[in-house]
Amino acid sequence: MQRRVIFDDKLLPYLLLFPQVAVTLVFFIWPALQAVWQSTQLQDVFGLSTQFVWFENYTAVLTDPGYVGSIRVTAIFAASVTGLSMGLALLFAVMADANIRGREAYQALLIWPYALAPAVAAVLWLFIFHPQIGMVGRTLNQAGVPWDYKLNNGQALSLVILASAWKQVSYNFIFFLAALQSIPKSVIEAAAIDGAGPRRRFFTIQFPLIAPTSFFLLIVNVTYAFFDTFGVIHALTQGGPGTATSTLIYNVYKAGMVAQDLGGSAAQSVILMAFVIALTAVQFRFVERRVHYG
Amino acid sequence: MATIDIRSVRKSYAQTEVIKGIDCAIADGEFLVMLGPSGCGKSTLLRMVAGLEPITKGEIAIGGRVVNDLEPKDRNIAMVFQNYALYPHMSVYENMAYGLKIKGMPKAEIDAAVKEAARILELGPFLDRKPRQLSGGQRQRVAMGRAIVRKPQVFLFDEPLSNLDAKLRTQMRVEIKRLQSQLAVTSLYVTHDQVEAMTLADRIMVMNAGVAEQVGTPLEVYRRPASTFVAGFIGAPAMNFMPGRMGADGRSVGVDGGLSFTLAEGAAAAGRPVTLGVRPEHLHPANEIPDATTIALRVELVEALGADTVVHGRIEGTSGPILARLPGTARVAIGDVLPLAPAPGELHLFDAETGRRMAA
Repeated sequence: MQRRVIFDDKLLPYLLLFPQVAVTLVFFIWPALQAVWQSTQLQDVFGLSTQFVWFENYTAVLTDPGYVGSIRVTAIFAASVTGLSMGLALLFAVMADANIRGREAYQALLIWPYALAPAVAAVLWLFIFHPQIGMVGRTLNQAGVPWDYKLNNGQALSLVILASAWKQVSYNFIFFLAALQSIPKSVIEAAAIDGAGPRRRFFTIQFPLIAPTSFFLLIVNVTYAFFDTFGVIHALTQGGPGTATSTLIYNVYKAGMVAQDLGGSAAQSVILMAFVIALTAVQFRFVERRVHYG
Repeated sequence: MATIDIRSVRKSYAQTEVIKGIDCAIADGEFLVMLGPSGCGKSTLLRMVAGLEPITKGEIAIGGRVVNDLEPKDRNIAMVFQNYALYPHMSVYENMAYGLKIKGMPKAEIDAAVKEAARILELGPFLDRKPRQLSGGQRQRVAMGRAIVRKPQVFLFDEPLSNLDAKLRTQMRVEIKRLQSQLAVTSLYVTHDQVEAMTLADRIMVMNAGVAEQVGTPLEVYRRPASTFVAGFIGAPAMNFMPGRMGADGRSVGVDGGLSFTLAEGAAAAGRPVTLGVRPEHLHPANEIPDATTIALRVELVEALGADTVVHGRIEGTSGPILARLPGTARVAIGDVLPLAPAPGELHLFDAETGRRMAA
């Protein structure tokens, strides 16, 4: 017999909610407020004196030509990582959706990269593309193609983009595959009988029907590119050469941890947070309108 | 307009054979219904005609052209699916226009074709709606519309009415019949519902376990079922079967329980084990039929349906239940012993081993 449990206690719901709310408050809200507060402070290097400086940190950051350059790098980086990881994942998912034999193995293999820590993933790419000890890097140099991501800006940026996108492909793949498989088979068959070939079916039937998933992934991937790629960049290029791979999130680290400018670092992270919130709002406002929810 | 020829078609999945060699020629404009229980292979056969399943062995020709290796789009067919399979993100208009657009038909012609189909199917007010805003019956009509705008050589229906409620099903059945006879397009229709089969079909193919048990007009299939399977599947309530043996004269059958029935036609070697069949509606009160063997039926259950009364009972000394369909006016109570007799010429004789019909 099944028994339905009803709690009369008024306190219990709050008690059950408490752990989640506590985690959110302690690890998200509180640090965010702390950052906002800190961004208005000027502290000396030894942390002995602190001064309230209003928005001085912000003006300093926004007038710094290095910071403006970093916005450019970040835009290229985020757009490339999102485009590359979503594009590849969609391609793989379409292939896995059609392929029958060995499908499970293929799917499992595609999911593995997601289980790797960013730093480990970066080291892996480093061992492949290192100009002296990396397999691909050495081969390129021997073949007369000058390859050194530690000297060449474009090569450095390409490498961090590749590594970051590669890491995200698995995640996107799972979502795309699930979305594709949720389309009723008979709808695809009806389109086939209506005369649409595989390409046409994809663009007129499958792609529009997985739009809600694509939209969700767009937001997740843009956020990933902005925030979660620090590990990959730090392990591969440390933001270099020069500032070629210093994205906004990497600059936050450099300003705070390397330059010990806590106020400036906090101001940068607040700007970054505001920027991503704004970007997500824009996506919801303009992209979501074109999404058809089944 | 086209004929369909199914020649020794077989279908296997790995080691399992699901279609075990089917032959059938469907005439131009004919409405053929494939009828059978679930898992008999009827949908698989239809999907092979559509090109959605590869053909393991044999040939299928549409309009005289072998289509085994043709893509569905090159077969000039249209299909209506059980779950309608409408494109959820497109309006009713776009759903119907999709195939025409792919063909590259000019916009004005597409518009005329869609409007005409909408008029026939009374879909005019819904052209701008999305499928999810329509009722089941309306969706079904859109699926039909999508099929007819393309003016295909062949219509394929895969249980198109089984997701509808009983009333709507009756209504759509009539509409499909009307449309098909108007357009005179060769049609294949899969169903497990014998009423649909009997009412729609020019001919019925009764299928069982990957084999076509019988192909014939609805009345042929009902009057002269080719096997015990067909006899039991067509007609409700199902035909009564009595195991027995041919008598010494080769014309009478002695069944378990000591009764002996004389056949109007057909014969077999004396002593051969046979199955005798009689439909519940062909058992009448014995006093109405002179010179017939009388069955004494002990009544166990009475279903009064209004127009008919279905009596479930047993012949003394036998185990199998016997059903009789009597007029609704019949007064019957549980425990009565009814004297019943089969109508002349309504006895069916089947081989006990093969289940095939024996009477010529």
